Amino acid sequence: MSSKETLCRTFTEKAELVSAVVTEIGSEDEALKYVIDLCEKKEVCQLLASGYEAGLSNDAEALCDAKQTKVIAAPGLKADLYEKLSALSEKAGFECIDSGMRDRLAGVDIGFTIAEYGIADTGTLMLDCPAEDLRLATMVSEIHVCVLPKSKIRANTYAVEKMMLTRMKKTPDYLAFITGASRTADIERVLALGVHGPLELHILLLEDN
Amino acid sequence: MQKAHDLKEYRKELRESLDNDFLRTTLDNFAVAYRAGRANAFKDMDVRGLIRDIAESKDEAGRNAQALFDEFRKNAEAAGVHVHFANDGDEANAIIAKIAKDADCRKIVKSKSMTAEETLLNHDLEDAGLEVTETDLGEWIIQLRHEGPSHMVMPAIHLSRFQVGDLFTQVTGKEQDTEIEKLVKVARRELRQKYIEADMGISGANFAVAETGSIGIVTNEGNARLVSTLPRVHVALMGIDKLLPSLHDALRILKVLPRNATGQQLTSYVTWITGANECLSAEDGKKEIHFVVLDNGRSELLKDPLFSQVNRCVRCGACANVCPVYRLVGGHKMGHIYIGAIGLILTYFFHGKDKAKNLVQNCINCEACKDVCAGGIDLPRLIKEIHARIQDEDGSPLPSFLLGKVLKNRKLFHTLLRTAKWGQKPVAEKDGFIRHLPMIFSKEHSFRALPTIAETPFRDWWKENRPHVDSPKYSVALFSGCVQDFVYPEQMQAAVKLFAANGVSMEFPESQSCCGLPVQMMGETKASRDVAAQNLRAFEPTAYDYIVTLCASCAAHLKHNYPKLVMDKPSLKLRADAFAAKIIDYSSFVNDVLKVKKDDFAGTSEKAAYHAPCHLCRGLDVHDAPHELIEKSGMEYVECAEEEVCCGFGGTFSMKFPELSAELLAKKLDNVEATGAQTLLTDCPGCIMQLRGGLKARGSSIKVRHVAEVLADNKK
Repeated sequence: MSSKETLCRTFTEKAELVSAVVTEIGSEDEALKYVIDLCEKKEVCQLLASGYEAGLSNDAEALCDAKQTKVIAAPGLKADLYEKLSALSEKAGFECIDSGMRDRLAGVDIGFTIAEYGIADTGTLMLDCPAEDLRLATMVSEIHVCVLPKSKIRANTYAVEKMMLTRMKKTPDYLAFITGASRTADIERVLALGVHGPLELHILLLEDN
Repeated sequence: MQKAHDLKEYRKELRESLDNDFLRTTLDNFAVAYRAGRANAFKDMDVRGLIRDIAESKDEAGRNAQALFDEFRKNAEAAGVHVHFANDGDEANAIIAKIAKDADCRKIVKSKSMTAEETLLNHDLEDAGLEVTETDLGEWIIQLRHEGPSHMVMPAIHLSRFQVGDLFTQVTGKEQDTEIEKLVKVARRELRQKYIEADMGISGANFAVAETGSIGIVTNEGNARLVSTLPRVHVALMGIDKLLPSLHDALRILKVLPRNATGQQLTSYVTWITGANECLSAEDGKKEIHFVVLDNGRSELLKDPLFSQVNRCVRCGACANVCPVYRLVGGHKMGHIYIGAIGLILTYFFHGKDKAKNLVQNCINCEACKDVCAGGIDLPRLIKEIHARIQDEDGSPLPSFLLGKVLKNRKLFHTLLRTAKWGQKPVAEKDGFIRHLPMIFSKEHSFRALPTIAETPFRDWWKENRPHVDSPKYSVALFSGCVQDFVYPEQMQAAVKLFAANGVSMEFPESQSCCGLPVQMMGETKASRDVAAQNLRAFEPTAYDYIVTLCASCAAHLKHNYPKLVMDKPSLKLRADAFAAKIIDYSSFVNDVLKVKKDDFAGTSEKAAYHAPCHLCRGLDVHDAPHELIEKSGMEYVECAEEEVCCGFGGTFSMKFPELSAELLAKKLDNVEATGAQTLLTDCPGCIMQLRGGLKARGSSIKVRHVAEVLADNKK
C-alpha cells in the first residue's frame, strides 16, 4: 500500500470513530451531486428545530418559524464550482447562497466547504476561515459537507505546522481543526451530537492524482 | 466549592457526598471508563516521553514568562489585538467590565474559561449591569443553578438528567422531557438566541502562542467559535501559564490534553485566532479583540524552586479523573474552584490558606494523579508540602505534633511500641486482632479490625536467629519499617529464610527507625527530615549490593523522598543519593535479581489475587514482578478488577478520614471477592493491615499474605 493510501485509510478510520460520514469520490461534480442528493433526502431544516419539537421560551420560539425552502450555504468556493452548485440547486428547488450568513443564523440545511488539509492520525479537517461567512457556514449548518482532496492528507499535526504558521503569520487569521460533529457529554457523560454546531459532518475524500 | 471552616465540618460535607448515590454511581462509572478510554487513546504512543517533553517546554516557558509575554503582546498588537495585563483577578474583571462599557456592550456570551471562574468574572460583570450567558452546556447548567464547577472539563458531572430537565423546565417556562438528546437540543436553541443578541463574547484560551501572537482554544461543542465569531467584541482571558514560545509547543500539548481529559484523540474543534478578524456586524468590518493576560500570583509561583512546576498544568483534569478520593466525594468537596489534585494546590495559592487547609489533608498519597499528569507534576508531594506550610504557620494539631516528637526519638518510639504490647493484653484476641478498639478510636473506625503488636519484634528475633551465609552471591541490608518490625515480623522472617537459601548475606542495621512517611503525610516536615537523617546514618550504602524492604511505601519514600528531604545538607545529600540507588522492593529483588525459578517451589495451584500497592505500581513502577512470583510460587494468579487502585489505607489518612478509607476498602474487597480467590497477596504491610482488617470485619475467609510468606512456605 502506498503511503498516500495508508494515510487515507487511517484518516477514514479515525474520522469514522468520531461519527463523521466518510465517502470517496472521483470528481468535484460527484461532490456536488452528493450535496444535492443529501439535501433532497433530508427533512427541511426547521430553523433550529433539528427535527424535534421541544417547548421553547418565547424568544427562542420566535426564531424557529419553519422556513419553506431548503438552503445550501457554500461561501468561499471557486467561482465555476459555485455556479455549477447554484444551477443544480435551483433545478432541485433549493436556495444556494455564498454570503449573507448573518441573516441565516437560525440555521441552514447544508454548509458546503473544501478543506485545506486533513490530519490522518485524528481524522481532522484543517479549514482556514478568516472570512466570516465561511466560518459561519461550518457552524450554523445542520449538516456540514466538506471535500478533502486525498493529496492533502498529512500524517499528524506536526506535518501541517508549517502550513499553519504561513497562514497565522498572514494576519488576521482564523484557523480551525474540525474533528467530527459538534458534541457534548455534559449531561451524565452521555454523548450527544450537535450541541451548537452541525449535527452531522460528512467528509468527501476526493481522488486528485 | 468547599466551604467548611474546620476538619470536622469538612468531614460532615464529605459524608453528605458519600450518601449521594447518583454522584457515587456516576463517578464510579466514569473512573472505570476513563481508565480504559485514556489507555486506548494513547495506544502505541510514547506517553512518558511526551509528558517529559511537555514538562521541559513548560518549565522553559515559565522561566521566560516575561519575555514571552512581551513577544506575544508585540505580535498580537501588530495584528490589531488589544493586549492587557492584569495583576490580579479584580483587575482583570475591571479591565473586562471597562472594555464592555467603552464598546457599549450589554449582553455577553461566554465560552468555558477556568480562569474566569478563578477571578469570579461573572459576578463582577453582572454587578456592572451586564447580562452574561455561559454557552458551554455544562457551564450554562451550573450558571443557572448558581453553582461552581465540579470538574474542570465536565463542570456539571454531579447532576442527573432529571435535575437538568427540571432546571430547563424552569428556564423555558415549558415542560421538558428528561431524555438527554432532547435536553441538549433545548440548550442548542435557547443558546443560539443568546449568541445572536450578544455584542460581546468572552472566551478563555488554552494556548497563547508568542511567535504569532495567536491564541488556541480547545472545545468539543464549538461554542468558542460562535462566541469568537458572532459578537462584535471578543475578549479572551488567560493566565500567564498559557504562554508558549511556538506553535509547536502548543501542538505537543494538544497531543496529550484531550486524551488525558476525556480519552478523546482530539476535541471536535480547535480554534486558532490571530489578529482582528473579519466581523461583518462591526462598523469597520473588523472585530474588536482584547487579550487579557492574568498573573494573580503565578509569577511569584514561578520563582519558587519547588512550586514553579505548577505552571506545567494544562487544565486537563486528569488528576481528578484518577483520584480515588475525588471518585468518592466529587469535585465540590475536592477543590474550591480548581478541582482534583491540582485544585488542592491552586486553591492554596489563588484562594488562600483558609480555603485550602482542610482540602490539602484529603490526599491519600496514592500517586495516581502524578502518574497521569500531562506535565509530570509531582502533585502528591506539592500537596504534602502545602499541608506542612500551613501547619508551620498555624501550628500543628496535637496528634501530629506528638507523632513527630515520638518518631524523632527512635528509642522512645520503640519503647512505646513494646509497652503497647502489654497495654493491649486485655483486648488482644488469639487471631492477632484487637477485640475492640481502644477509646481513642471512634466508631467510624469499626470498618476494619486492627492487629495486635507482635510478641517478639523482628529486631529481637534477628539477634537470636540471624543466619550465616557462606560465600554469598549478594550482600544486602534489610530495612524493615515499623509495621513489619513490630506488627508483622513473620513477613520479614519469611524473606530472611528465602534470601539465606539463595545465597544472600544480610545485615539489619539496628539504629534504623520508622521511614518517616507517616509524619511527612501529616505535614511534620522537621520530624520527617530528622528521621531521614537518622536512617541515612544507620546505613552504610556502599557496604551492600542492595537495601531491601518488604514495604512498598517505605521503599518509595526512601528512594524518592530522602534525597529531597536532605537537599540542603550537602554531605547527607550524596549519601542519600547512594542510599536511594540501592533501595529495592522485595518482589523486584527476588524476581529480577535473584531470578528464582518455578522449579524451586512446590505449588498448590490455588488461585491467588493480587493487590498492587500504590507505592509499588506507581511509586516504583513495578507491575509484573509480583505476578510472575505468584506464578513461580506454584499458585495461579487471577487478575482482580482495579488491581492498581488504592485500598484506602494511606497511613495516617485512614485515621483522619475513616469514612473515606472504609469506602475505598469496601470497593477493593468487593473486587477481590469477585475473583473467587481465597488468597490475596500484596507487597506492603500497611495494605495488609487494611485488607486483613476489612476482611475480618466482613467475616470473610479470604487470607491476606505478603508475597514473601507464600514463597517461603512453598519453597522446596
